Amino acid sequence: MRGIAQQPPAQPAHQFVIVLDPAHGGSDSGAKISPALEEKSITLEMATHLRTLLQARGFSVIMTRTGDTDPDLTTRAGLANHAQAAACLILHATASGAGVHLFTSSLAPAPRTAVPAWATAQAGYVNASIRLSSDLDAALTPTGIPVVVGRTFLQPLDNLTCPAVAVELAPMQSGSITRGETLDDPHYQTQVLTAITAALMQWRQDWSSQP
Amino acid sequence: MITRLQQFLFALLLVGCVALAAILIRMRQQAQDRLAALPQPTPLAQPDNAPEVSVIWMMPNDMTGALTSEQKTLALPSDPSERARDLLNQLIASWSAPGSQHPVDAKAGVESVFLLPVPGDASHQLAVINFNAAFPPAQPSGIEPETLTLLSIIQTLHADFPSIEQVRFLVDGHAQPTLAGHADLTRTYQVENAAPQPTS
Repeated sequence: MRGIAQQPPAQPAHQFVIVLDPAHGGSDSGAKISPALEEKSITLEMATHLRTLLQARGFSVIMTRTGDTDPDLTTRAGLANHAQAAACLILHATASGAGVHLFTSSLAPAPRTAVPAWATAQAGYVNASIRLSSDLDAALTPTGIPVVVGRTFLQPLDNLTCPAVAVELAPMQSGSITRGETLDDPHYQTQVLTAITAALMQWRQDWSSQP
Repeated sequence: MITRLQQFLFALLLVGCVALAAILIRMRQQAQDRLAALPQPTPLAQPDNAPEVSVIWMMPNDMTGALTSEQKTLALPSDPSERARDLLNQLIASWSAPGSQHPVDAKAGVESVFLLPVPGDASHQLAVINFNAAFPPAQPSGIEPETLTLLSIIQTLHADFPSIEQVRFLVDGHAQPTLAGHADLTRTYQVENAAPQPTS
Protein backbone atom coordinates (compact mmCIF):
# COMPACT_ATOMS: atom_id res chain seq x y z
CA MET A 1 0.00 0.00 0.00
CA ARG A 2 1.17 3.49 -0.81
CA GLY A 3 2.61 5.31 2.20
CA ILE A 4 3.76 2.22 4.00
CA ALA A 5 7.49 2.38 4.42
CA GLN A 6 8.16 -1.26 5.03
CA GLN A 7 6.04 -4.34 5.08
CA PRO A 8 6.33 -5.84 8.53
CA PRO A 9 8.77 -8.70 8.38
CA ALA A 10 7.96 -11.87 10.26
CA GLN A 11 9.53 -11.00 13.59
CA PRO A 12 10.53 -13.52 16.19
CA ALA A 13 8.58 -12.69 19.34
CA HIS A 14 11.72 -11.73 21.26
CA GLN A 15 13.11 -9.28 18.68
CA PHE A 16 12.97 -5.67 19.84
CA VAL A 17 11.02 -3.69 17.30
CA ILE A 18 9.94 -0.06 17.62
CA VAL A 19 6.99 1.22 15.59
CA LEU A 20 6.87 4.95 14.89
CA ASP A 21 3.58 6.39 13.67
CA PRO A 22 3.92 9.97 12.37
CA ALA A 23 0.29 11.06 12.71
CA HIS A 24 -1.72 12.64 9.87
CA GLY A 25 -0.29 13.04 6.35
CA GLY A 26 -1.60 13.50 2.83
CA SER A 27 -4.86 15.44 2.79
CA ASP A 28 -5.01 15.29 6.60
CA SER A 29 -2.59 18.04 7.58
CA GLY A 30 -3.42 17.87 11.31
CA ALA A 31 -3.06 20.99 13.43
CA LYS A 32 -2.11 24.25 11.77
CA ILE A 33 0.86 25.22 13.92
CA SER A 34 1.54 28.47 12.05
CA PRO A 35 0.65 29.76 8.58
CA ALA A 36 3.65 27.92 7.13
CA LEU A 37 3.83 24.93 9.45
CA GLU A 38 1.55 21.89 9.56
CA GLU A 39 1.46 19.10 12.10
CA LYS A 40 1.88 16.36 9.48
CA SER A 41 5.28 17.78 8.45
CA ILE A 42 6.56 18.03 12.00
CA THR A 43 5.51 14.48 12.89
CA LEU A 44 7.20 13.06 9.79
CA GLU A 45 10.36 15.08 10.45
CA MET A 46 10.44 13.88 14.06
CA ALA A 47 9.84 10.24 13.11
CA THR A 48 12.54 10.26 10.43
CA HIS A 49 15.05 11.82 12.81
CA LEU A 50 14.10 9.44 15.61
CA ARG A 51 14.41 6.42 13.31
CA THR A 52 17.99 7.45 12.50
CA LEU A 53 18.85 7.82 16.18
CA LEU A 54 17.29 4.46 17.05
CA GLN A 55 18.81 2.53 14.16
CA ALA A 56 22.23 3.88 15.11
CA ARG A 57 21.72 2.15 18.47
CA GLY A 58 20.72 -1.17 16.98
CA PHE A 59 16.94 -0.90 17.13
CA SER A 60 14.75 -2.33 14.43
CA VAL A 61 12.36 0.45 13.42
CA ILE A 62 9.16 0.39 11.39
CA MET A 63 7.44 3.59 10.30
CA THR A 64 3.79 3.68 9.30
CA ARG A 65 4.57 6.27 6.65
CA THR A 66 7.73 7.80 5.19
CA GLY A 67 6.18 10.36 2.88
CA ASP A 68 3.27 12.75 2.65
CA THR A 69 0.63 10.02 2.61
CA ASP A 70 -2.19 9.13 4.97
CA PRO A 71 -2.56 5.41 5.66
CA ASP A 72 -5.87 4.92 7.44
CA LEU A 73 -5.90 4.27 11.17
CA THR A 74 -6.72 0.59 10.74
CA THR A 75 -3.72 0.12 8.47
CA ARG A 76 -1.45 1.90 10.91
CA ALA A 77 -2.63 -0.24 13.84
CA GLY A 78 -2.46 -3.43 11.79
CA LEU A 79 1.12 -2.71 10.81
CA ALA A 80 2.15 -2.18 14.42
CA ASN A 81 0.27 -5.25 15.65
CA HIS A 82 1.75 -7.56 13.01
CA ALA A 83 5.24 -6.36 13.90
CA GLN A 84 4.74 -7.55 17.51
CA ALA A 85 6.46 -4.35 18.53
CA ALA A 86 8.09 -3.87 21.91
CA ALA A 87 7.07 -0.20 21.84
CA CYS A 88 4.79 1.90 19.65
CA LEU A 89 5.08 5.68 19.60
CA ILE A 90 2.39 7.78 17.94
CA LEU A 91 3.90 11.17 17.17
CA HIS A 92 1.80 14.34 17.23
CA ALA A 93 2.42 18.09 17.52
CA THR A 94 0.31 20.98 18.78
CA ALA A 95 0.57 24.72 19.21
CA SER A 96 -1.17 24.51 22.60
CA GLY A 97 0.53 24.07 25.95
CA ALA A 98 4.26 23.67 26.34
CA GLY A 99 6.91 20.95 26.28
CA VAL A 100 6.05 17.32 25.69
CA HIS A 101 2.67 15.66 26.32
CA LEU A 102 2.70 11.91 26.95
CA PHE A 103 -0.65 10.18 26.63
CA THR A 104 -1.68 6.57 27.13
CA SER A 105 -5.03 4.94 26.43
CA SER A 106 -7.92 5.66 28.78
CA LEU A 107 -9.01 2.00 28.61
CA ALA A 108 -9.14 0.18 31.92
CA PRO A 109 -6.36 -2.42 32.22
CA ALA A 110 -7.45 -5.98 31.44
CA PRO A 111 -5.71 -9.36 31.08
CA ARG A 112 -4.21 -10.04 27.66
CA THR A 113 -6.15 -12.46 25.51
CA ALA A 114 -5.12 -14.50 22.47
CA VAL A 115 -7.68 -12.76 20.28
CA PRO A 116 -8.38 -9.31 21.72
CA ALA A 117 -11.35 -7.25 20.60
CA TRP A 118 -10.25 -4.64 18.07
CA ALA A 119 -11.81 -1.66 19.86
CA THR A 120 -10.18 -2.53 23.19
CA ALA A 121 -7.02 -4.32 22.03
CA GLN A 122 -4.83 -1.93 24.04
CA ALA A 123 -6.50 -2.89 27.34
CA GLY A 124 -4.08 -5.80 27.85
CA TYR A 125 -1.11 -3.46 27.37
CA VAL A 126 -2.25 -0.41 29.33
CA ASN A 127 -0.05 -1.13 32.35
CA ALA A 128 3.00 -1.65 30.11
CA SER A 129 2.12 1.55 28.24
CA ILE A 130 2.00 3.50 31.50
CA ARG A 131 5.44 2.09 32.42
CA LEU A 132 6.80 3.13 29.03
CA SER A 133 5.30 6.59 29.50
CA SER A 134 6.95 6.77 32.90
CA ASP A 135 10.35 5.89 31.34
CA LEU A 136 9.86 8.63 28.75
CA ASP A 137 8.91 11.11 31.47
CA ALA A 138 12.01 10.17 33.49
CA ALA A 139 14.27 10.69 30.47
CA LEU A 140 12.73 14.05 29.55
CA THR A 141 12.61 15.58 33.03
CA PRO A 142 16.39 16.19 33.36
CA THR A 143 16.33 18.25 30.15
CA GLY A 144 14.15 20.87 31.84
CA ILE A 145 11.45 20.50 29.19
CA PRO A 146 7.98 20.56 30.81
CA VAL A 147 6.22 17.19 30.59
CA VAL A 148 2.48 16.55 30.90
CA VAL A 149 1.40 12.95 31.47
CA GLY A 150 -2.19 11.86 30.97
CA ARG A 151 -4.74 9.44 29.55
CA THR A 152 -6.68 10.16 26.40
CA PHE A 153 -9.28 9.04 23.87
CA LEU A 154 -7.31 8.72 20.64
CA GLN A 155 -7.40 6.41 17.67
CA PRO A 156 -5.57 4.18 16.82
CA LEU A 157 -4.13 4.02 20.35
CA ASP A 158 -6.88 1.71 21.61
CA ASN A 159 -6.33 -0.77 18.76
CA LEU A 160 -2.64 -1.43 19.39
CA THR A 161 -1.34 -4.69 20.87
CA CYS A 162 1.94 -3.21 22.06
CA PRO A 163 3.04 -0.86 24.83
CA ALA A 164 1.93 2.39 23.21
CA VAL A 165 2.34 6.07 24.01
CA ALA A 166 1.19 9.12 22.07
CA VAL A 167 4.01 11.67 22.20
CA GLU A 168 2.82 15.19 21.43
CA LEU A 169 5.40 17.92 20.92
CA ALA A 170 4.23 21.37 22.09
CA PRO A 171 6.12 24.66 21.79
CA MET A 172 9.09 25.62 23.89
CA GLN A 173 8.23 27.67 26.92
CA SER A 174 9.92 30.92 27.80
CA GLY A 175 8.37 32.15 31.03
CA SER A 176 4.66 32.11 30.37
CA ILE A 177 5.09 32.56 26.61
CA THR A 178 5.10 29.87 23.93
CA ARG A 179 5.28 30.20 20.18
CA GLY A 180 4.23 27.52 17.72
CA GLU A 181 7.18 28.24 15.43
CA THR A 182 9.56 26.83 18.01
CA LEU A 183 8.27 23.34 17.17
CA ASP A 184 10.39 23.50 14.05
CA ASP A 185 13.55 24.34 16.00
CA PRO A 186 16.11 21.58 15.24
CA HIS A 187 17.84 22.03 18.60
CA TYR A 188 14.56 21.62 20.49
CA GLN A 189 13.54 18.58 18.47
CA THR A 190 16.97 16.97 18.92
CA GLN A 191 16.80 17.51 22.67
CA VAL A 192 13.41 15.78 22.84
CA LEU A 193 14.29 12.95 20.46
CA THR A 194 17.60 12.23 22.21
CA ALA A 195 15.70 11.88 25.49
CA ILE A 196 13.16 9.56 23.84
CA THR A 197 16.02 7.44 22.47
CA ALA A 198 17.54 7.19 25.95
CA ALA A 199 14.16 6.14 27.35
CA LEU A 200 13.80 3.41 24.72
CA MET A 201 17.29 2.12 25.50
CA GLN A 202 16.22 1.85 29.13
CA TRP A 203 13.00 0.19 27.98
CA ARG A 204 14.97 -2.37 25.95
CA GLN A 205 17.11 -3.14 28.97
CA ASP A 206 14.00 -3.62 31.14
CA TRP A 207 12.38 -5.64 28.35
CA SER A 208 15.27 -8.10 28.17
CA SER A 209 15.04 -8.72 31.90
CA GLN A 210 11.33 -9.56 31.67
CA PRO A 211 10.33 -13.22 31.58
CA MET B 1 -54.01 60.70 -32.48
CA ILE B 2 -55.89 58.46 -30.04
CA THR B 3 -59.64 58.14 -30.01
CA ARG B 4 -61.89 59.29 -27.17
CA LEU B 5 -62.65 55.65 -26.36
CA GLN B 6 -58.93 54.89 -25.96
CA GLN B 7 -58.52 57.95 -23.72
CA PHE B 8 -61.40 56.72 -21.57
CA LEU B 9 -59.92 53.19 -21.33
CA PHE B 10 -56.48 54.56 -20.38
CA ALA B 11 -57.99 56.72 -17.65
CA LEU B 12 -59.99 53.72 -16.38
CA LEU B 13 -56.87 51.54 -16.22
CA LEU B 14 -54.95 54.26 -14.39
CA VAL B 15 -57.68 54.62 -11.79
CA GLY B 16 -57.80 50.83 -11.43
CA CYS B 17 -54.03 50.65 -10.82
CA VAL B 18 -54.13 53.33 -8.15
CA ALA B 19 -57.06 51.65 -6.43
CA LEU B 20 -55.35 48.24 -6.52
CA ALA B 21 -52.15 49.72 -5.06
CA ALA B 22 -54.13 51.28 -2.22
CA ILE B 23 -55.85 47.97 -1.49
CA LEU B 24 -52.50 46.07 -1.44
CA ILE B 25 -50.90 48.60 0.89
CA ARG B 26 -53.85 48.28 3.24
CA MET B 27 -53.76 44.46 3.15
CA ARG B 28 -50.01 44.47 3.88
CA GLN B 29 -50.57 46.70 6.89
CA GLN B 30 -53.32 44.39 8.16
CA ALA B 31 -51.04 41.32 7.77
CA GLN B 32 -48.28 43.06 9.73
CA ASP B 33 -50.73 43.92 12.49
CA ARG B 34 -51.90 40.30 12.66
CA LEU B 35 -48.29 38.99 12.89
CA ALA B 36 -47.42 41.52 15.56
CA ALA B 37 -50.38 40.34 17.62
CA LEU B 38 -49.11 36.71 17.65
CA PRO B 39 -47.06 35.42 20.61
CA GLN B 40 -43.26 35.80 20.18
CA PRO B 41 -42.11 32.66 18.30
CA THR B 42 -38.42 32.81 19.22
CA PRO B 43 -37.19 31.53 22.59
CA LEU B 44 -37.09 34.16 25.27
CA ALA B 45 -33.86 35.15 26.88
CA GLN B 46 -33.19 33.71 30.28
CA PRO B 47 -35.72 35.24 32.66
CA ASP B 48 -34.34 37.75 35.11
CA ASN B 49 -35.91 35.91 37.99
CA ALA B 50 -34.08 32.61 37.29
CA PRO B 51 -32.77 31.43 40.64
CA GLU B 52 -29.06 31.70 41.22
CA VAL B 53 -27.47 28.37 42.01
CA SER B 54 -24.03 27.26 43.04
CA VAL B 55 -22.24 25.11 40.45
CA ILE B 56 -18.77 23.67 39.94
CA TRP B 57 -16.68 24.27 36.84
CA MET B 58 -13.75 21.98 36.08
CA MET B 59 -11.39 24.48 34.49
CA PRO B 60 -8.68 23.18 32.14
CA ASN B 61 -5.14 24.51 31.98
CA ASP B 62 -3.13 23.82 28.82
CA MET B 63 0.21 24.59 30.46
CA THR B 64 -0.19 22.06 33.27
CA GLY B 65 -2.55 19.63 31.55
CA ALA B 66 -4.72 19.64 34.67
CA LEU B 67 -8.30 20.49 35.65
CA THR B 68 -9.03 22.57 38.71
CA SER B 69 -12.46 23.00 40.28
CA GLU B 70 -13.96 26.48 40.64
CA GLN B 71 -17.21 27.25 42.42
CA LYS B 72 -19.52 29.67 40.60
CA THR B 73 -22.91 31.19 41.26
CA LEU B 74 -25.00 31.36 38.11
CA ALA B 75 -28.61 32.09 37.18
CA LEU B 76 -29.75 28.97 35.33
CA PRO B 77 -33.11 27.82 33.98
CA SER B 78 -34.94 25.15 35.94
CA ASP B 79 -35.50 22.83 32.95
CA PRO B 80 -32.65 20.25 33.21
CA SER B 81 -31.74 20.22 29.50
CA GLU B 82 -31.72 24.01 29.24
CA ARG B 83 -29.86 24.26 32.51
CA ALA B 84 -27.16 21.84 31.29
CA ARG B 85 -26.85 23.72 27.99
CA ASP B 86 -26.54 27.12 29.68
CA LEU B 87 -24.10 25.77 32.24
CA LEU B 88 -21.82 24.44 29.49
CA ASN B 89 -22.17 27.55 27.35
CA GLN B 90 -21.10 29.76 30.23
CA LEU B 91 -18.17 27.43 30.96
CA ILE B 92 -17.10 27.45 27.29
CA ALA B 93 -17.55 31.24 27.04
CA SER B 94 -15.11 31.64 29.92
CA TRP B 95 -12.42 29.94 27.81
CA SER B 96 -12.44 32.83 25.33
CA ALA B 97 -11.78 35.45 28.02
CA PRO B 98 -8.43 37.28 27.92
CA GLY B 99 -5.82 35.40 29.90
CA SER B 100 -7.65 32.08 29.61
CA GLN B 101 -5.47 29.06 30.36
CA HIS B 102 -7.41 27.05 27.78
CA PRO B 103 -8.13 29.46 24.93
CA VAL B 104 -11.03 28.50 22.66
CA ASP B 105 -12.60 30.94 20.20
CA ALA B 106 -15.79 32.65 21.38
CA LYS B 107 -17.78 31.15 18.48
CA ALA B 108 -17.66 27.71 20.15
CA GLY B 109 -20.80 26.70 21.98
CA VAL B 110 -23.38 24.04 22.73
CA GLU B 111 -26.59 24.13 20.71
CA SER B 112 -28.49 21.64 22.82
CA VAL B 113 -28.19 18.98 25.49
CA PHE B 114 -30.50 15.96 25.48
CA LEU B 115 -30.89 14.01 28.70
CA LEU B 116 -32.04 10.44 28.15
CA PRO B 117 -32.42 7.49 30.50
CA VAL B 118 -29.63 4.92 30.28
CA PRO B 119 -31.15 1.77 28.76
CA GLY B 120 -31.86 -0.72 31.52
CA ASP B 121 -30.97 1.76 34.25
CA ALA B 122 -33.67 4.37 34.76
CA SER B 123 -31.84 5.98 37.68
CA HIS B 124 -28.99 7.19 35.47
CA GLN B 125 -28.89 9.43 32.42
CA LEU B 126 -27.11 9.66 29.10
CA ALA B 127 -26.30 13.24 28.09
CA VAL B 128 -26.06 13.88 24.37
CA ILE B 129 -24.19 17.15 23.86
CA ASN B 130 -24.67 18.80 20.49
CA PHE B 131 -21.84 21.24 19.74
CA ASN B 132 -22.48 24.06 17.27
CA ALA B 133 -20.87 23.87 13.83
CA ALA B 134 -18.35 26.54 14.84
CA PHE B 135 -16.95 24.44 17.69
CA PRO B 136 -14.39 22.26 15.84
CA PRO B 137 -12.71 25.16 14.00
CA ALA B 138 -12.75 27.21 17.23
CA GLN B 139 -11.07 24.42 19.23
CA PRO B 140 -7.24 24.39 19.11
CA SER B 141 -6.14 21.13 17.50
CA GLY B 142 -4.06 18.72 19.56
CA ILE B 143 -4.37 15.72 21.86
CA GLU B 144 -3.95 17.76 25.04
CA PRO B 145 -6.28 20.71 24.29
CA GLU B 146 -9.01 18.46 22.87
CA THR B 147 -8.77 15.97 25.74
CA LEU B 148 -8.97 18.78 28.28
CA THR B 149 -12.05 20.21 26.55
CA LEU B 150 -13.90 16.90 26.73
CA LEU B 151 -12.79 16.14 30.29
CA SER B 152 -13.79 19.61 31.46
CA ILE B 153 -17.25 19.29 29.92
CA ILE B 154 -17.83 15.73 31.16
CA GLN B 155 -16.66 16.43 34.69
CA THR B 156 -18.46 19.80 34.96
CA LEU B 157 -21.68 18.18 33.82
CA HIS B 158 -21.28 15.27 36.22
CA ALA B 159 -20.49 17.59 39.14
CA ASP B 160 -23.80 19.41 38.67
CA PHE B 161 -25.86 16.47 37.41
CA PRO B 162 -24.69 13.42 39.39
CA SER B 163 -27.28 11.24 37.66
CA ILE B 164 -25.43 11.63 34.33
CA GLU B 165 -23.34 8.51 33.86
CA GLN B 166 -22.74 8.52 30.12
CA VAL B 167 -21.94 11.28 27.62
CA ARG B 168 -21.99 11.35 23.84
CA PHE B 169 -21.02 14.21 21.53
CA LEU B 170 -22.47 15.44 18.25
CA VAL B 171 -21.45 18.38 16.09
CA ASP B 172 -24.31 20.32 14.49
CA GLY B 173 -26.55 17.28 14.89
CA HIS B 174 -24.15 14.80 13.31
CA ALA B 175 -21.70 12.21 14.63
CA GLN B 176 -18.08 13.17 13.91
CA PRO B 177 -14.92 11.05 14.19
CA THR B 178 -12.94 13.61 16.19
CA LEU B 179 -13.33 16.98 17.87
CA ALA B 180 -10.58 18.80 15.96
CA GLY B 181 -8.50 15.97 14.48
CA HIS B 182 -7.58 14.09 17.67
CA ALA B 183 -10.02 13.37 20.53
CA ASP B 184 -12.39 10.55 19.61
CA LEU B 185 -16.06 11.56 19.37
CA THR B 186 -17.36 8.20 18.20
CA ARG B 187 -17.56 6.60 21.63
CA THR B 188 -19.93 6.87 24.55
CA TYR B 189 -18.00 8.21 27.50
CA GLN B 190 -18.61 6.52 30.84
CA VAL B 191 -18.27 9.32 33.36
CA GLU B 192 -17.02 7.14 36.19
CA ASN B 193 -14.45 5.47 33.95
CA ALA B 194 -13.45 8.60 32.06
CA ALA B 195 -9.75 9.23 31.85
CA PRO B 196 -8.43 10.47 35.15
CA GLN B 197 -7.41 14.06 35.38
CA PRO B 198 -4.00 14.51 33.75
CA THR B 199 -1.27 15.39 36.16
CA SER B 200 1.79 17.44 35.49
